[in-house]
Amino acid sequence: MIDFLLLLFLVVCAIAAIRMKDLLSAIMILGVYSLIMAVVWTRLNAVDVAFTEASVGAGITTMLLIAALSRTKRGEEGNRQSSISRRSLAALLVVLVTGAVLIYGTIDMPNFGDPNAPANLHVAPRYIEKSHDETGVENFVTAVLASYRGYDTLGETTVIFTAGICVILLLRRKSEQ
Amino acid sequence: MKERVAKDHIIRRVIAKILIPFIQLYALYVIAHGELGPGGGFQGGVILGSSIILYVIVFGIEEGRKRISQKVSDTLTSTGVLLYAGIGVLCLLAGGAYLEYSMLPLPTHKLASGLGIYGIEIGVGITVAAVMITLFFETARREDD
Repeated sequence: MIDFLLLLFLVVCAIAAIRMKDLLSAIMILGVYSLIMAVVWTRLNAVDVAFTEASVGAGITTMLLIAALSRTKRGEEGNRQSSISRRSLAALLVVLVTGAVLIYGTIDMPNFGDPNAPANLHVAPRYIEKSHDETGVENFVTAVLASYRGYDTLGETTVIFTAGICVILLLRRKSEQ
Repeated sequence: MKERVAKDHIIRRVIAKILIPFIQLYALYVIAHGELGPGGGFQGGVILGSSIILYVIVFGIEEGRKRISQKVSDTLTSTGVLLYAGIGVLCLLAGGAYLEYSMLPLPTHKLASGLGIYGIEIGVGITVAAVMITLFFETARREDD
Protein backbone atom coordinates (compact mmCIF):
# COMPACT_ATOMS: atom_id res chain seq x y z
CA MET A 1 0.00 0.00 0.00
CA ILE A 2 2.68 2.46 1.04
CA ASP A 3 4.74 1.46 -2.01
CA PHE A 4 1.80 2.17 -4.26
CA LEU A 5 1.32 5.60 -2.66
CA LEU A 6 5.02 6.41 -3.04
CA LEU A 7 5.02 5.44 -6.71
CA LEU A 8 1.87 7.50 -7.22
CA PHE A 9 3.61 10.51 -5.64
CA LEU A 10 6.60 9.94 -7.92
CA VAL A 11 4.41 10.07 -11.02
CA VAL A 12 2.60 13.16 -9.74
CA CYS A 13 5.93 14.90 -9.01
CA ALA A 14 7.33 13.99 -12.44
CA ILE A 15 4.28 15.37 -14.24
CA ALA A 16 4.21 18.48 -12.05
CA ALA A 17 7.91 19.16 -12.72
CA ILE A 18 7.32 18.96 -16.47
CA ARG A 19 4.16 21.10 -16.44
CA MET A 20 5.56 23.81 -14.15
CA LYS A 21 6.34 27.09 -15.92
CA ASP A 22 8.29 28.58 -13.04
CA LEU A 23 11.70 26.89 -13.24
CA LEU A 24 12.51 27.40 -9.55
CA SER A 25 9.34 25.49 -8.62
CA ALA A 26 10.24 22.76 -11.11
CA ILE A 27 13.67 22.38 -9.48
CA MET A 28 12.12 22.14 -6.02
CA ILE A 29 9.65 19.52 -7.22
CA LEU A 30 12.55 17.53 -8.66
CA GLY A 31 14.11 17.66 -5.19
CA VAL A 32 10.90 16.26 -3.72
CA TYR A 33 10.94 13.58 -6.42
CA SER A 34 14.44 12.52 -5.35
CA LEU A 35 13.47 12.48 -1.70
CA ILE A 36 10.52 10.18 -2.41
CA MET A 37 12.81 8.04 -4.52
CA ALA A 38 15.16 7.81 -1.52
CA VAL A 39 12.25 6.46 0.55
CA VAL A 40 11.54 3.92 -2.19
CA TRP A 41 15.17 2.76 -2.09
CA THR A 42 14.91 2.41 1.69
CA ARG A 43 11.77 0.31 1.23
CA LEU A 44 13.82 -1.91 -1.09
CA ASN A 45 16.50 -2.26 1.66
CA ALA A 46 19.07 -0.41 -0.46
CA VAL A 47 20.07 2.09 2.23
CA ASP A 48 23.37 3.09 0.64
CA VAL A 49 21.63 3.97 -2.60
CA ALA A 50 18.91 5.77 -0.64
CA PHE A 51 21.57 7.80 1.15
CA THR A 52 23.18 8.78 -2.13
CA GLU A 53 19.82 9.65 -3.68
CA ALA A 54 18.89 11.84 -0.70
CA SER A 55 22.21 13.69 -0.51
CA VAL A 56 22.97 13.99 -4.22
CA GLY A 57 19.54 13.97 -5.86
CA ALA A 58 17.56 15.91 -3.31
CA GLY A 59 20.39 17.97 -1.85
CA ILE A 60 23.29 19.00 -4.01
CA THR A 61 21.61 18.70 -7.44
CA THR A 62 18.85 21.04 -6.31
CA MET A 63 21.41 23.59 -5.11
CA LEU A 64 23.52 23.36 -8.28
CA LEU A 65 20.43 23.75 -10.47
CA ILE A 66 19.38 26.80 -8.47
CA ALA A 67 22.90 28.19 -8.94
CA ALA A 68 22.61 27.59 -12.69
CA LEU A 69 19.16 29.19 -12.64
CA SER A 70 20.64 32.35 -11.10
CA ARG A 71 22.40 32.91 -14.44
CA THR A 72 19.28 32.47 -16.56
CA LYS A 73 15.67 33.57 -16.51
CA ARG A 74 13.30 32.19 -13.97
CA GLY A 75 10.43 31.44 -16.36
CA GLU A 76 10.23 29.52 -19.59
CA GLU A 77 10.55 31.41 -22.86
CA GLY A 78 7.69 31.68 -25.32
CA ASN A 79 4.28 30.10 -25.33
CA ARG A 80 3.98 26.41 -24.82
CA GLN A 81 2.36 24.65 -27.76
CA SER A 82 -1.14 23.83 -26.68
CA SER A 83 -2.36 22.23 -29.92
CA ILE A 84 -1.46 18.62 -30.57
CA SER A 85 0.97 18.57 -33.45
CA ARG A 86 1.99 15.57 -35.52
CA ARG A 87 5.40 15.59 -33.86
CA SER A 88 3.98 15.30 -30.37
CA LEU A 89 1.84 12.36 -31.52
CA ALA A 90 4.95 10.64 -32.88
CA ALA A 91 6.73 11.29 -29.56
CA LEU A 92 3.79 9.81 -27.67
CA LEU A 93 3.91 6.72 -29.88
CA VAL A 94 7.65 6.25 -29.25
CA VAL A 95 7.15 6.63 -25.49
CA LEU A 96 4.26 4.13 -25.45
CA VAL A 97 6.17 1.53 -27.47
CA THR A 98 9.31 1.91 -25.33
CA GLY A 99 7.23 1.64 -22.16
CA ALA A 100 5.49 -1.50 -23.46
CA VAL A 101 8.84 -3.10 -24.31
CA LEU A 102 10.23 -2.27 -20.86
CA ILE A 103 7.17 -3.72 -19.12
CA TYR A 104 7.40 -6.81 -21.34
CA GLY A 105 11.05 -7.12 -20.24
CA THR A 106 10.13 -7.16 -16.54
CA ILE A 107 7.82 -10.17 -16.94
CA ASP A 108 10.77 -12.58 -16.97
CA MET A 109 12.53 -10.93 -14.04
CA PRO A 110 12.78 -12.90 -10.77
CA ASN A 111 10.71 -11.72 -7.83
CA PHE A 112 12.17 -9.09 -5.50
CA GLY A 113 14.47 -10.72 -2.95
CA ASP A 114 14.32 -14.16 -4.60
CA PRO A 115 17.34 -16.06 -3.18
CA ASN A 116 17.58 -18.14 -6.37
CA ALA A 117 17.76 -15.12 -8.68
CA PRO A 118 20.89 -15.21 -10.87
CA ALA A 119 22.16 -11.97 -9.32
CA ASN A 120 22.10 -13.59 -5.88
CA LEU A 121 23.93 -16.76 -6.93
CA HIS A 122 27.05 -15.42 -8.62
CA VAL A 123 29.34 -13.21 -6.49
CA ALA A 124 26.86 -12.19 -3.78
CA PRO A 125 27.44 -15.30 -1.56
CA ARG A 126 31.20 -14.66 -1.67
CA TYR A 127 30.71 -11.03 -0.54
CA ILE A 128 28.37 -12.06 2.26
CA GLU A 129 30.51 -14.91 3.54
CA LYS A 130 34.04 -13.62 3.10
CA SER A 131 34.08 -9.83 2.65
CA HIS A 132 34.54 -9.17 6.37
CA ASP A 133 37.58 -11.45 6.58
CA GLU A 134 39.05 -10.36 3.28
CA THR A 135 38.63 -6.60 3.56
CA GLY A 136 38.25 -5.91 7.28
CA VAL A 137 35.14 -3.74 6.90
CA GLU A 138 31.68 -4.74 8.00
CA ASN A 139 29.49 -3.04 5.42
CA PHE A 140 29.31 -5.19 2.27
CA VAL A 141 28.58 -2.21 0.09
CA THR A 142 31.70 -0.37 1.28
CA ALA A 143 33.74 -3.57 0.88
CA VAL A 144 32.57 -3.97 -2.73
CA LEU A 145 32.97 -0.30 -3.63
CA ALA A 146 36.32 0.31 -1.99
CA SER A 147 38.05 -3.06 -2.25
CA TYR A 148 36.61 -5.52 -4.77
CA ARG A 149 35.71 -2.71 -7.14
CA GLY A 150 38.41 -0.28 -6.02
CA TYR A 151 39.41 0.57 -9.60
CA ASP A 152 35.85 1.57 -10.45
CA THR A 153 35.64 3.89 -7.46
CA LEU A 154 39.00 5.44 -8.38
CA GLY A 155 37.59 6.00 -11.87
CA GLU A 156 34.44 7.60 -10.47
CA THR A 157 36.46 9.93 -8.26
CA THR A 158 38.54 10.89 -11.30
CA VAL A 159 35.33 11.62 -13.24
CA ILE A 160 34.18 14.00 -10.49
CA PHE A 161 37.64 15.59 -10.42
CA THR A 162 37.51 16.04 -14.21
CA ALA A 163 34.06 17.62 -13.95
CA GLY A 164 35.41 20.12 -11.43
CA ILE A 165 38.41 20.95 -13.62
CA CYS A 166 36.16 21.42 -16.67
CA VAL A 167 33.89 23.82 -14.80
CA ILE A 168 36.92 25.79 -13.62
CA LEU A 169 38.30 25.97 -17.18
CA LEU A 170 35.00 26.91 -18.81
CA LEU A 171 33.29 29.18 -16.30
CA ARG A 172 35.98 30.83 -14.19
CA ARG A 173 36.42 34.46 -15.03
CA LYS A 174 39.87 35.59 -16.09
CA SER A 175 39.91 38.70 -13.91
CA GLU A 176 39.95 36.60 -10.76
CA GLN A 177 43.15 34.76 -11.54
CA MET B 1 22.14 35.76 -5.48
CA LYS B 2 20.99 38.98 -3.91
CA GLU B 3 23.80 39.15 -1.42
CA ARG B 4 22.98 42.48 0.15
CA VAL B 5 19.44 41.40 0.91
CA ALA B 6 20.65 38.07 2.24
CA LYS B 7 23.11 39.74 4.62
CA ASP B 8 20.31 41.67 6.25
CA HIS B 9 18.27 38.62 7.15
CA ILE B 10 19.24 37.93 10.74
CA ILE B 11 17.05 34.83 11.04
CA ARG B 12 18.76 33.15 8.08
CA ARG B 13 22.20 34.07 9.38
CA VAL B 14 21.57 32.82 12.91
CA ILE B 15 19.90 29.57 11.78
CA ALA B 16 22.70 28.88 9.29
CA LYS B 17 25.37 29.52 11.90
CA ILE B 18 23.67 27.08 14.27
CA LEU B 19 23.08 24.42 11.60
CA ILE B 20 26.37 24.41 9.69
CA PRO B 21 28.60 22.94 12.44
CA PHE B 22 26.15 20.09 12.97
CA ILE B 23 25.90 19.38 9.24
CA GLN B 24 29.69 19.30 9.00
CA LEU B 25 29.99 17.04 12.04
CA TYR B 26 27.43 14.71 10.47
CA ALA B 27 29.37 14.74 7.18
CA LEU B 28 32.56 13.69 8.98
CA TYR B 29 30.59 11.00 10.80
CA VAL B 30 29.24 9.66 7.50
CA ILE B 31 32.73 9.55 5.96
CA ALA B 32 34.23 7.86 9.00
CA HIS B 33 31.30 5.52 9.51
CA GLY B 34 31.10 4.15 5.96
CA GLU B 35 32.75 0.91 7.00
CA LEU B 36 30.02 0.07 9.50
CA GLY B 37 26.81 1.50 8.14
CA PRO B 38 25.36 3.16 5.07
CA GLY B 39 27.29 6.08 3.70
CA GLY B 40 30.92 6.63 2.90
CA GLY B 41 33.26 9.09 1.26
CA PHE B 42 30.94 10.10 -1.55
CA GLN B 43 27.84 10.83 0.52
CA GLY B 44 29.87 12.43 3.32
CA GLY B 45 31.71 14.61 0.82
CA VAL B 46 28.44 15.76 -0.70
CA ILE B 47 27.06 16.68 2.73
CA LEU B 48 30.29 18.52 3.63
CA GLY B 49 30.12 20.41 0.35
CA SER B 50 26.48 21.35 0.84
CA SER B 51 27.18 22.75 4.32
CA ILE B 52 29.62 25.20 2.76
CA ILE B 53 27.18 25.94 -0.07
CA LEU B 54 24.58 26.77 2.60
CA TYR B 55 27.07 29.25 4.05
CA VAL B 56 27.60 30.80 0.63
CA ILE B 57 23.85 31.05 -0.05
CA VAL B 58 23.25 32.84 3.25
CA PHE B 59 26.35 35.04 3.48
CA GLY B 60 27.18 35.59 -0.19
CA ILE B 61 29.95 34.49 -2.52
CA GLU B 62 32.55 37.07 -1.43
CA GLU B 63 32.16 36.12 2.23
CA GLY B 64 32.29 32.42 1.27
CA ARG B 65 35.52 32.90 -0.68
CA LYS B 66 37.05 34.48 2.42
CA ARG B 67 36.43 31.21 4.28
CA ILE B 68 37.42 28.83 1.45
CA SER B 69 39.70 30.62 -0.96
CA GLN B 70 39.94 29.64 -4.61
CA LYS B 71 43.43 28.30 -4.02
CA VAL B 72 42.33 26.06 -1.15
CA SER B 73 39.33 24.55 -2.95
CA ASP B 74 41.35 23.98 -6.14
CA THR B 75 44.12 22.28 -4.19
CA LEU B 76 41.67 20.09 -2.27
CA THR B 77 40.04 19.01 -5.55
CA SER B 78 43.19 17.22 -6.62
CA THR B 79 44.34 16.27 -3.11
CA GLY B 80 41.57 13.67 -2.76
CA VAL B 81 42.33 11.91 -6.05
CA LEU B 82 46.06 12.00 -5.25
CA LEU B 83 45.40 10.47 -1.82
CA TYR B 84 43.37 7.66 -3.43
CA ALA B 85 45.92 6.98 -6.17
CA GLY B 86 48.77 7.42 -3.68
CA ILE B 87 47.43 4.65 -1.45
CA GLY B 88 47.36 2.47 -4.57
CA VAL B 89 51.02 3.28 -5.24
CA LEU B 90 51.89 2.58 -1.59
CA CYS B 91 50.39 -0.89 -2.05
CA LEU B 92 52.61 -1.34 -5.11
CA LEU B 93 55.69 -0.26 -3.13
CA ALA B 94 54.75 -2.70 -0.36
CA GLY B 95 54.90 -5.54 -2.88
CA GLY B 96 51.21 -6.03 -3.65
CA ALA B 97 49.05 -5.24 -6.64
CA TYR B 98 47.71 -1.71 -7.20
CA LEU B 99 45.11 -0.97 -4.48
CA GLU B 100 45.77 -4.31 -2.74
CA TYR B 101 45.35 -2.77 0.71
CA SER B 102 46.10 -5.93 2.71
CA MET B 103 49.76 -5.75 1.60
CA LEU B 104 50.31 -2.43 3.39
CA PRO B 105 53.00 -2.84 6.07
CA LEU B 106 50.76 -3.09 9.15
CA PRO B 107 50.50 -5.81 11.85
CA THR B 108 47.54 -7.70 10.36
CA HIS B 109 46.13 -7.95 6.85
CA LYS B 110 42.68 -7.10 8.13
CA LEU B 111 43.87 -3.90 9.81
CA ALA B 112 45.86 -2.92 6.72
CA SER B 113 42.87 -3.49 4.48
CA GLY B 114 40.52 -1.60 6.80
CA LEU B 115 42.88 1.36 7.06
CA GLY B 116 43.47 1.41 3.31
CA ILE B 117 39.73 1.56 2.69
CA TYR B 118 39.44 4.26 5.33
CA GLY B 119 42.11 6.28 3.54
CA ILE B 120 40.51 6.09 0.12
CA GLU B 121 37.10 6.99 1.58
CA ILE B 122 38.67 10.16 2.99
CA GLY B 123 40.22 10.84 -0.41
CA VAL B 124 36.87 10.44 -2.16
CA GLY B 125 35.25 12.71 0.45
CA ILE B 126 37.81 15.50 0.00
CA THR B 127 37.54 15.52 -3.79
CA VAL B 128 33.74 15.31 -3.85
CA ALA B 129 33.34 18.11 -1.29
CA ALA B 130 35.85 20.37 -3.07
CA VAL B 131 34.32 19.78 -6.50
CA MET B 132 30.78 20.48 -5.24
CA ILE B 133 31.97 23.75 -3.66
CA THR B 134 33.78 24.69 -6.88
CA LEU B 135 30.73 23.86 -9.04
CA PHE B 136 28.56 26.13 -6.90
CA PHE B 137 31.06 28.99 -6.73
CA GLU B 138 31.64 28.96 -10.48
CA THR B 139 28.01 28.48 -11.51
CA ALA B 140 26.23 30.94 -9.22
CA ARG B 141 25.92 34.49 -10.48
CA ARG B 142 27.77 37.29 -8.78
CA GLU B 143 26.52 40.77 -8.11
CA ASP B 144 28.86 42.37 -10.63
CA ASP B 145 27.64 40.21 -13.56
